[in-house]
Amino acid sequence: MSTVTITRRGDDFAALWRERLESALKAVVGPVAGFALFVLVWQVVAMRITEIPTPGVTWHAAVELFADPFYDNGPNDKGIGWNLLASLERVAAGFGLAAVVGIPVGFAIGRYAAVRSMFSPIVSLLRPVSPLAWLPLGLLLFKAANPAAIWAIFICSIWPMIINTAVGVSRVPQDYLNVARVLNLSEWKVTTKVLLPAVLPYMLTGVRLSIGTAWLVIVAAEMLTGGTGIGFWLWDEWNNLKVEHIVIAIFVIGIVGLLLETLLVALARRFTYTEE
Amino acid sequence: MKKFVRIEQVGQTFDTRKGPFVALRDIDLTVEQGEFITLIGHSGCGKSTLLNLIAGLTRPTSGVLLCAEREITGPGPDRAVVFQNHSLLPWLTCFQNVHLAVERVFGATEKRAQLAERTRAALDLVGLLPAQNKLPREISGGMKQRVGIARALAIEPGVLLMDEPFGALDALTRSHLQDELLKIVGKTRTTTIMVTHDVDEAVLLSDRIVMLTNGPAATIGEILPVPLARPRDRVRLANDPTYLACRAGVVDFLHRRYGNPERSQPAAPAPATLAVVPPLEEAGATRAAA
Repeated sequence: MSTVTITRRGDDFAALWRERLESALKAVVGPVAGFALFVLVWQVVAMRITEIPTPGVTWHAAVELFADPFYDNGPNDKGIGWNLLASLERVAAGFGLAAVVGIPVGFAIGRYAAVRSMFSPIVSLLRPVSPLAWLPLGLLLFKAANPAAIWAIFICSIWPMIINTAVGVSRVPQDYLNVARVLNLSEWKVTTKVLLPAVLPYMLTGVRLSIGTAWLVIVAAEMLTGGTGIGFWLWDEWNNLKVEHIVIAIFVIGIVGLLLETLLVALARRFTYTEE
Repeated sequence: MKKFVRIEQVGQTFDTRKGPFVALRDIDLTVEQGEFITLIGHSGCGKSTLLNLIAGLTRPTSGVLLCAEREITGPGPDRAVVFQNHSLLPWLTCFQNVHLAVERVFGATEKRAQLAERTRAALDLVGLLPAQNKLPREISGGMKQRVGIARALAIEPGVLLMDEPFGALDALTRSHLQDELLKIVGKTRTTTIMVTHDVDEAVLLSDRIVMLTNGPAATIGEILPVPLARPRDRVRLANDPTYLACRAGVVDFLHRRYGNPERSQPAAPAPATLAVVPPLEEAGATRAAA
């Protein structure tokens, strides 16, 4: 960098811009090359296996599909927009319920040893079970497809929320708890002023993990329950043998999942305190 | 003078995996109102253990501690604590950190405006009123410790307990804060018990220096009165014969009579109780006593 300091200001300026341009290019080149390679491989595969649509065909189908995403021709023929919204609605409902139940339970497990010793084994036992295994129970309990799908989302979201909240509570620095103790703060003040802010980053990690699995699970659940939803739509297009629509659905699911994740990462960053 | 804090025959034994560990034994100490006491000793001697007992964070296994003639059974607002690592809540501003304490102690009896006024007064006392709306991460280590002191003094405690409050600061900031603490305590006349390992700090600030023997089974080895007039000035004291004599007394205790346990064997004979204590790893002992 010493060479920069002895050059004239004009050269300095140009060098700075070249540097910025280079770093911007470097950031873009990788992903662009990756996608290009991906499309190329796809094209080659599609030319070999005729059942698989080429990128061009898929693109045209997508343009057509997204020209009118919100049409409604009865229960089994709705636009992709409606299906996507139906899925997001279910995820939001199941997820919200899981937060309402899971965060307080996580708090109790993290804070009270007696509760921990009671519930920890249950959580450990049920956590590895696929949420889809709970789907029949949901159908039995609610006698309808939609609440059963929400039930599956609830089940899959609740474990990461409970576990991360509990871990967060048990990892609150002893110093903060000592402050609470010497000030003799009430349990309410301890919870709102000390525990909650300290646990929030952990809770948001739980939320982020949950939303990832919830989005994975909803697609599978909807394939089983039918009705509306992106998962159902995907399965429906398989029955109609519109393979290009299946490919589009895969991309849409991926993009929405990525957006949800990005949103929650941004949220987590906003609420994470830094010590120094 | 009223006897404010009384410690009678206090011992503290921790249950460790390798059996009971005696951290403190036979501690007898009386602190008068308005007195400034420092506890000094090598690391692992149980200074902080003793302070935690007075704070009520832990309970002694034997003996009794009294504050204003009432037994200490737990933490309470009559005894404020300043921790070594400031322990400010990082998501609250300086004002909010102090206000949390003020609200707890005076919230039931005073109006909101009075509580805010108390908070501002405490911050003003440590010269941090301009930084009241800053978060802890936005201010220096010395300033954080001052907020910690403000939080402790804001609740008008009977006793101010300080656990190596300036230990993590650089030498210049430390001496600056010592001077400020001298001024503040001179103004508020708060009874103070402070843990330190800094000889000059102990002599400069204390009315009496309580010197602890090396752990395990540490006890009070000697109590040295510091008969220096107040207000004290560190520059003028630098060559004061009384100051130098006190300093020499502490150094003699710490380095000749009870040498650093990590470097050499203690010069004094080991306490008799040591025989019944099963041997314990140095690291484990230090952790248990800290």
